Amino acid sequence: MDTARPTPLAPHESPKPAPSPLIRVNRAMARRERANPDKPILQVKGLAIGWGDVVLQKDLTFDVQSGEVFGILGGSGAGKSTLMRFLIGLEQPLQGEIDVAGYGFPDLEAGLPPFGVMFQGGALFGSLTVGENVSLPLEEWTDLPDDAIAAIARAKLKLLGLGGAADKFPAELSGGMRKRAAIARALALEPELVFLDEPSAGLDPVMAADLDELISTLSKSLGLTVVLVTHELASIARIADRVVMLDKEAKTIIAIGDPRELRDSEDSRVRDFFHRKSKES
Amino acid sequence: MNDASAIWRDIRRETAGDSGTVVFDLSKVDAADGGVMALLVEVRSELAARGVNAELIGANERVETIVNLYSGHEGIAKRTRRKPEGAIAQIGRATVEVREEAKAILDFLGSMVLAAVTLVRHPRAGNWKEVAPLCETAGANAVPIVLLINFLVGFVMAFQSARQLKMFGANIYVADLVGISLTRELAPLMTAIIVCGRSGAGFAAELGSMKVNEEIDALRTLGLTPFGWLVVPRVAALILVVPLLTLFADFVGIVGGLLVGLIDLDLTAQGYFIETLTAVHGWDVITGLLKSLVFAVAIALIACQQGFATTGGAEGVGKRTTSTVVTSLFAVVIIDALFTVVFRAFDI
Repeated sequence: MDTARPTPLAPHESPKPAPSPLIRVNRAMARRERANPDKPILQVKGLAIGWGDVVLQKDLTFDVQSGEVFGILGGSGAGKSTLMRFLIGLEQPLQGEIDVAGYGFPDLEAGLPPFGVMFQGGALFGSLTVGENVSLPLEEWTDLPDDAIAAIARAKLKLLGLGGAADKFPAELSGGMRKRAAIARALALEPELVFLDEPSAGLDPVMAADLDELISTLSKSLGLTVVLVTHELASIARIADRVVMLDKEAKTIIAIGDPRELRDSEDSRVRDFFHRKSKES
Repeated sequence: MNDASAIWRDIRRETAGDSGTVVFDLSKVDAADGGVMALLVEVRSELAARGVNAELIGANERVETIVNLYSGHEGIAKRTRRKPEGAIAQIGRATVEVREEAKAILDFLGSMVLAAVTLVRHPRAGNWKEVAPLCETAGANAVPIVLLINFLVGFVMAFQSARQLKMFGANIYVADLVGISLTRELAPLMTAIIVCGRSGAGFAAELGSMKVNEEIDALRTLGLTPFGWLVVPRVAALILVVPLLTLFADFVGIVGGLLVGLIDLDLTAQGYFIETLTAVHGWDVITGLLKSLVFAVAIALIACQQGFATTGGAEGVGKRTTSTVVTSLFAVVIIDALFTVVFRAFDI
């Protein structure tokens, strides 16, 4: 049970004693730039995830390079979304190391983390409108005037095809629209790294293709690194540069690499996944 | 399907005494649905449990597919019946749960105290914008019910004591009785009970559904702390609003007593108020407000703690809301008792 947790330090953070971890203190604690640009943007070494005695996945080791679209694949129940919760610092690993953008294990109490996240169900704040949801991180972490924040929020929503939805409440949107609004919120502060949990699940094929296109474009033009949790084969084939594949029985990574090469993998579990073959046939 | 219950009974009766191998000949079966197949598989596993081997033979192609679909062809699934929990086990489990719950609340309280110290040093960390709207929902919107209930409490108290006081010709002392008991005890208590039911339940349900929808996780990934963003404004709103509601309650309760004085005890409004003012001291009102302040903090913290502890979807939200109301009422009564003892001990 040796989890190294180096204290993340922002470049301009004052050397004062650390504040109570339950409370955010000042904007200097925003960490947008990478602490160490020479390192891979996400490094995972010997990671074991689970709770208590239940080990969901173990011996996970992989790197994500800057600018990559990286897919986390696996069947239902393999622990893809759970792995994401560990990578973004919501859960403490059982074992191993996670390094995000050179800051070590993400310490969410220490201020704005160096990434944006879209949760599976969107997780938009129900008491705020969609526009306010996207503005919130900008209001909290920047000194931009209100009209500039509103303009940025509108532009982000338009980018995701939600131009007219800024004044609606999340409850008034469809599941797919909520997801896209959540992506807009994740991108609001222009992070270098975003985690997206099943972004195109539940969208119609055209919309899913548009979203894939957008993620691909953002990655190429802005150098955005995308870590994508998904089981949508179409998405993977279209946009992922590299993938890891988790297996429920093996409890670890069964394949890693370019999805186009994994199609012809020696491993039947990997091949079956890519060719949509059922276990029985 | 309609014949199934008769067949089900017959089949089980006929196979009851069998041993060795039972063969079900399905060659005359043209079609079978899932329900029938499920029952047949169940009979098979019952037989297997007694050491009897059962075989399904002669099924045509369509029936065969259904047999396979319902795993009629393979090993028998074990039936594990959940044992009903004994009364003693239930009592034991409930006791352990109460202890765990109390520990969780105290843990939460401790971390809140630590965070509050930081908040005093860095006030910007709180989400103060949210305080005003919360004051409206928890305070302004609660005024009608607080007024009504406390008016009735004052009225009922005066009415109940009117007959006894009349016997002694001590009609005027109804003002003392109503004034002191309301300001010191009943108005803060009744107001706190109303706030438990309205705002406590409301906060717990709101935070609970946020927890279930991963909104609290999302908040954390935006670098905002649930404490500063959600707990601080709720505690602050109740601290502002509950003593104010209690003050209204004091006044309206005394008016309730006055009404009884006027209609039943031949008192004048002027006489009643003068007697109230001589009997009730400023300190009586202040102790009541002091209590209500502590009630406010307790209700807000318990509601937030329960909200954050929510797991398991809509059902979990309901459970936590219920337990918020129960726990916070319990806490309010305990705190009230402690205050009474302390005030009495120091004679204040």
